[in-house]
Amino acid sequence: MTITEQRNTGETLLQVRGARRVFDGLVAVNDVSFTISTGQIKALIGPNGAGKTTLLNMISGVIPPSDGQILLHGQPIHGLAPHRIAARGIARTFQHVELFAGMTAMENVMVGRHLRSRAGLLSAALRLPGMWREEEQIRSDAARYLEMVGLNTLADEPAKDLPFGQQRLLEIARALATEPTLLLLDEAASGLSTREKKALVELIFAIRDTGVTIFIIDHDMDLVMSISDEVVVLDHGEKIAEGSPGDVQRNELVIAAYLGEEPVHA
Amino acid sequence: MTVLPTPYRIALTALGVILLGLLPLVVHNNYWLSILVFVAIYTILAVGLNLLMGYAGQISLGHAAFFGIGAYSSAILTTQWHWSPWLALVCGLLLTALVALLIGIPCLRLRGHYLAMATLGFGWIVFIVMKQWSAVTQGTSGIESIPKLAIGTLVFDSDIRHYYLVWGIAILVLVISANLVNSRIGRALRAVHGSEMAAAALGVDIARSKIQVFVLSAVYAALAGSLYAHVVNFINPTTFGFHISVSLVVMVVIGGMASIWGAPLGAASITLLIEWLRNLPFKDIDVIAHGLILILVMIFMPGGVVCGLQDIIQRVLRRKIRRATAPARLPAPEGGMQ
Repeated sequence: MTITEQRNTGETLLQVRGARRVFDGLVAVNDVSFTISTGQIKALIGPNGAGKTTLLNMISGVIPPSDGQILLHGQPIHGLAPHRIAARGIARTFQHVELFAGMTAMENVMVGRHLRSRAGLLSAALRLPGMWREEEQIRSDAARYLEMVGLNTLADEPAKDLPFGQQRLLEIARALATEPTLLLLDEAASGLSTREKKALVELIFAIRDTGVTIFIIDHDMDLVMSISDEVVVLDHGEKIAEGSPGDVQRNELVIAAYLGEEPVHA
Repeated sequence: MTVLPTPYRIALTALGVILLGLLPLVVHNNYWLSILVFVAIYTILAVGLNLLMGYAGQISLGHAAFFGIGAYSSAILTTQWHWSPWLALVCGLLLTALVALLIGIPCLRLRGHYLAMATLGFGWIVFIVMKQWSAVTQGTSGIESIPKLAIGTLVFDSDIRHYYLVWGIAILVLVISANLVNSRIGRALRAVHGSEMAAAALGVDIARSKIQVFVLSAVYAALAGSLYAHVVNFINPTTFGFHISVSLVVMVVIGGMASIWGAPLGAASITLLIEWLRNLPFKDIDVIAHGLILILVMIFMPGGVVCGLQDIIQRVLRRKIRRATAPARLPAPEGGMQ
């Protein structure tokens, strides 16, 4: 894990400029701009269908924006393939858990070390000594990430046999294994029990403290408001508010957007 | 499917190798030895196709074409150009890799089973070329007098020598494949099979992974083809037709997708089955048998016969334990299941 890096805190890490996405004539995200600063926990909230996951998918490269720019460290990343964006330092989890079902918890995290290892087809097939050492390194690195999320005792369990809450944690460990600078958490708390959510909050703070910037989408207002430094609010694909949790909660547009959906807790 | 710890895996592999090594002491009959040689050749084919189907989740319905390209390269280069068999073999592998790359790049960049369709067509084209391009391939009459392989003065010219040569290579291929599956490259492949979106988000280049394994599986097939040509010393197009591609798919399914060690089992069962059916007085009964096996395995043992039997035994044992320990049956809750 990276040593705490406080020196860059506050610098702009990711810029979303006028991002827009149209699906078959339907505007899912319209002209959304905001920035994420290094070291912060930023949240993205909004009613169902507001375009949150679409925005996240654009940042991680799953779908390219129809228009607009996304810059990481000032370099454009919009339109790059997802694996290239991952190589630039953005990792993510998925709203509907996307674990590799046929693999163990450990193997799932080991895939997360893909970018941090280099064995090719030939050295893998012939088990060259260098590859052997690298494999041991991958395994011990993966073990550390499993330990960080508290799954080290379940390393050899098939991922699909883990309870749902632990599957979410495993996805986080797998994403962390890429050593990202920016971690995107898509509905990381949904489906978790109150106790699990509490543990998740602790984990998110611990991850932030290792120097990873976090961008989280969630439905749970209490959770989002209690952990975020800044919040962006989307409604019908447009940004309607941005600011500190307190400011956002007082914002009339936000209150209106959430009326009839779920109340914003003070 | 349970994964055995490494020491057990190594022990089992060693046991398998020793048993295979000792088998000719029991099997003296040349007919059976030659059948076992074919099992080894089909094992090489099946393990390659298994890497593609079981680990990359792609199907090739034209693998016999790569088998054929390997065989014909060896045959043509050694009989008409008088190259050394080993050099011809290597050239055959390189040529096949190139052809697979040209087919794989456009097909595997797209999502879905484009590869299945493309290889189906490719298989037919190669088959027709083998039959019609008589000037080079001798058409349906085939190529004869393909030289034997030799290492120094050791010429592989008897069934028992073929047995050790081909099984030696087959075991090498199995070990290499097992290494690959349990490596960074293999994990990336299995990840792609599990969830393309998640694999890409972790930095795995999906198209590249798939193309790599497709080319590798084609090269395995070509290797099997070269060995076939030098073992049998005669080839003609019928050995490399569509029905062989289908047989290979059935072998993989029987052995179990994503199971390297299931490959020899799948190869052995289908080879023996075809041998047995050949003696029955029905034409094309092997085609019907293939279809039936495919359907039955897919319905009852989708993980392959090895995993399927394992599951059935476990289920029976569990039921026995439950019956022995379970209290009287509980009354059904009101309203039943949700």
